[in-house]
Amino acid sequence: MIRHATIEKNSILLLVLILIVVAIGGIVQIAPLFYLESTIEKVEGMRPYTPLELAGRNIYVREGCYNCHSQMIRSLRDEVERYGPYSLAAESMYDHPFQWGSKRTGPDLARVGGRYSDEWHAEHMAAPRALVPESVMPGYPFLAETALDTAQIADDLRANRAVGVPYSDAMIEAALADARAQADLEADGAEELQARYPKSQVRDFDGNPAMISELDALIAYLQMLGTLVDFDVYKPEENLR
Amino acid sequence: MAEMNDHGGHTAMRYPVGVALAGGALLGIFFMARGANAAMVLHGFLFLAFCVGGIFLLIRQAYAAPADAAGTTYNDAVTRTGVIISMFWGVVGFLVGLAIALQLAFPVLNFDLPWTNFGRLRPLHTSAVIFAFGGNVLITTSFHVVQRTCRARLAGEIAPWFVLWGYNLFIVIAATGYLLGVTQSKEYAEPEWYADLWLTLVWVVYLLVFLATLWRRREPHIYVANWFFLAFIVTVAMLHIVNNLAVPVSWTGTKSYSLFAGVQDALTQWWYGHNAVGFFLTAGFLGIMYYFVPKQAQRPVYSYRLSIIHFWSLIFLYIWAGPHHLHYTALPQWAQTLGMTFSIMLWMPSWGGMINGLMTLSGAWDKLRTDPVLRMLVVSVAFYGMSTFEGPVMSIRAVNSLSHYTDWTIGHVHSGALGWVAFVSFGALYALTPILWRRQRLYSLQLVSAHFWIASIGIVLYITAMWVSGILQGLMWRAYDSLGFLEYSFVETVAAMHPFYVIRAAGGALFVVGALVMAYNLWRTVRGDLRSEALPAAQPSPAVAPAE
Repeated sequence: MIRHATIEKNSILLLVLILIVVAIGGIVQIAPLFYLESTIEKVEGMRPYTPLELAGRNIYVREGCYNCHSQMIRSLRDEVERYGPYSLAAESMYDHPFQWGSKRTGPDLARVGGRYSDEWHAEHMAAPRALVPESVMPGYPFLAETALDTAQIADDLRANRAVGVPYSDAMIEAALADARAQADLEADGAEELQARYPKSQVRDFDGNPAMISELDALIAYLQMLGTLVDFDVYKPEENLR
Repeated sequence: MAEMNDHGGHTAMRYPVGVALAGGALLGIFFMARGANAAMVLHGFLFLAFCVGGIFLLIRQAYAAPADAAGTTYNDAVTRTGVIISMFWGVVGFLVGLAIALQLAFPVLNFDLPWTNFGRLRPLHTSAVIFAFGGNVLITTSFHVVQRTCRARLAGEIAPWFVLWGYNLFIVIAATGYLLGVTQSKEYAEPEWYADLWLTLVWVVYLLVFLATLWRRREPHIYVANWFFLAFIVTVAMLHIVNNLAVPVSWTGTKSYSLFAGVQDALTQWWYGHNAVGFFLTAGFLGIMYYFVPKQAQRPVYSYRLSIIHFWSLIFLYIWAGPHHLHYTALPQWAQTLGMTFSIMLWMPSWGGMINGLMTLSGAWDKLRTDPVLRMLVVSVAFYGMSTFEGPVMSIRAVNSLSHYTDWTIGHVHSGALGWVAFVSFGALYALTPILWRRQRLYSLQLVSAHFWIASIGIVLYITAMWVSGILQGLMWRAYDSLGFLEYSFVETVAAMHPFYVIRAAGGALFVVGALVMAYNLWRTVRGDLRSEALPAAQPSPAVAPAE
């Protein structure tokens, strides 16, 4: 039996024991998530974000939307009825970082894609209380007026590939063209874009054809949230964890 | 143990540190010139200013009289500075909290500008109170406690200053970054890759200063408060490094992408996030409790054996509790259950610590009547007991299905943050100031008492408002009408929150007022003023024993 006095008299021993004791929990809990194949469900339809969607996601992150909006529908009856099928781990498998959130000052956004029109989103971003009088959301009128910074858009894809998102060389090479095509500035690029990114939506999201604004990117992101996985062919019973 | 006169070597350190700072200044200029966005240019400038300021301080130190050639005195200069910085960040952090509380009650206060939006200000608030206020209190008190309990001067003459100023550079970089939209969006780990790298460097030096001071001790045993400080420093380093692993988009840009994705990222984040609570806001502040409560009560710690059990079981169990933030999510259920189980077990060591703190007053309970500083410390331990009971309850899946995503969580956090962390910090700063500035006593004990009551009423308003709004909203979300449809639209539940958001802001305002009273009191104390007031009668025990 080790006497505790021994530990109290030796700072290095104390340090090493602390490290061992605090490391155990994380190793047992987190490490298996990286190798247990059941962690991520088998689904049809997941793909990396298009360059425009990714840019929109970065604006979502930048403005701290996660402080008030979750993207994680829990497996509870009222949530499934309010928001749609409960969220799968597979649906955020390309999310670096995840945006599950921890607070719903506003509603969950995991399946907000396609629920509202582009015009609704554009007006709502500019002045939330014009559409929803009880809302406490800040207004983001500056998004429509700010041109999207596309200088690093290929580097964004490259960094995502470095952390494991399967972007191909062709996707990285065409990043800027794909972003412009999706916002309807290069009409002929749409087919290639949709070949690379199935189900990607192509249109002028903010209603201003003169430029690709930050609002274009953000709405493109919001309109695809929760739309990728095909729940007609998803088998929950095969993915019990 | 090492003799205390062996630190004359710090003059030798002056040259390599100076060269490093000059190199850092060049790096700052490089980022100013090549920064990919305005935030990086600003942060390059801040780094340059830090390095130039550091060189200036080095030169001044070189020409000043040797701080303490014989090493027989304590380094109280660095802790005095720490007290001032802590108080400053406390007021700033509480004010930003009040501002965002008002924004939720009156959304027009967002002003619809990028840098005044709730989404950018909320991380500013959380970081300002947790890391700027809490972090500076921890650095300051740990530097004080480790010197007193080891009867040794703080190791190094440059390193402790580097830790203090370097840590605050990290704070300023993080805070200005949030306002400019620079964030990783991982809660309580929002600062980007370059700020994280800088903090890692500062933290390693912090650990070395702490360890090297332990090595100089003239006491055979390492005092229990230092176990907690050491566990706090080591574990926060581990959490910080793992959770912030990321790949930057470019070396001159602010943006990075987390190494982990989705479910793995979520659990890593809440392993970090919950243990920011467990080790930053609990273990570190328990170190404060284990020194300042016995000191202020002039009584020994209640039970030595309980401190041993408390320490090891707390640090072992806490680290498992993260998954209770992810109940009913896409996290595999085995992990959720594991997290819940350990969260409930965590109740025991938490209350062991509370009992050890409260029972330390055995035979000295009468001092609560006469010493408002001790009252603050003791009430903080009571709040610690309350929130560490509430936490395990909320970690139960069934309870969590109601509480999660609601203001109940916010209320729970604040009963711990305001009641426990802030109150124990206030108590420690009140106790430290007269000692560090060699004053007879605080300027005014009546003002301490006023602060105590104003802040306590503020806390009660805050947490009761959040309990009601949280449970109300949780129940409204799951309410069904007689036809089997969801009864309320989401926005109806938002509208129902309004009165509680106003009450919460009122509670927050009281807390800010209390902190301003405290800042005034400390300032007058530092100036050496004594308010003539009827001091509480009956001080049978010797008034204040020597600090050393």
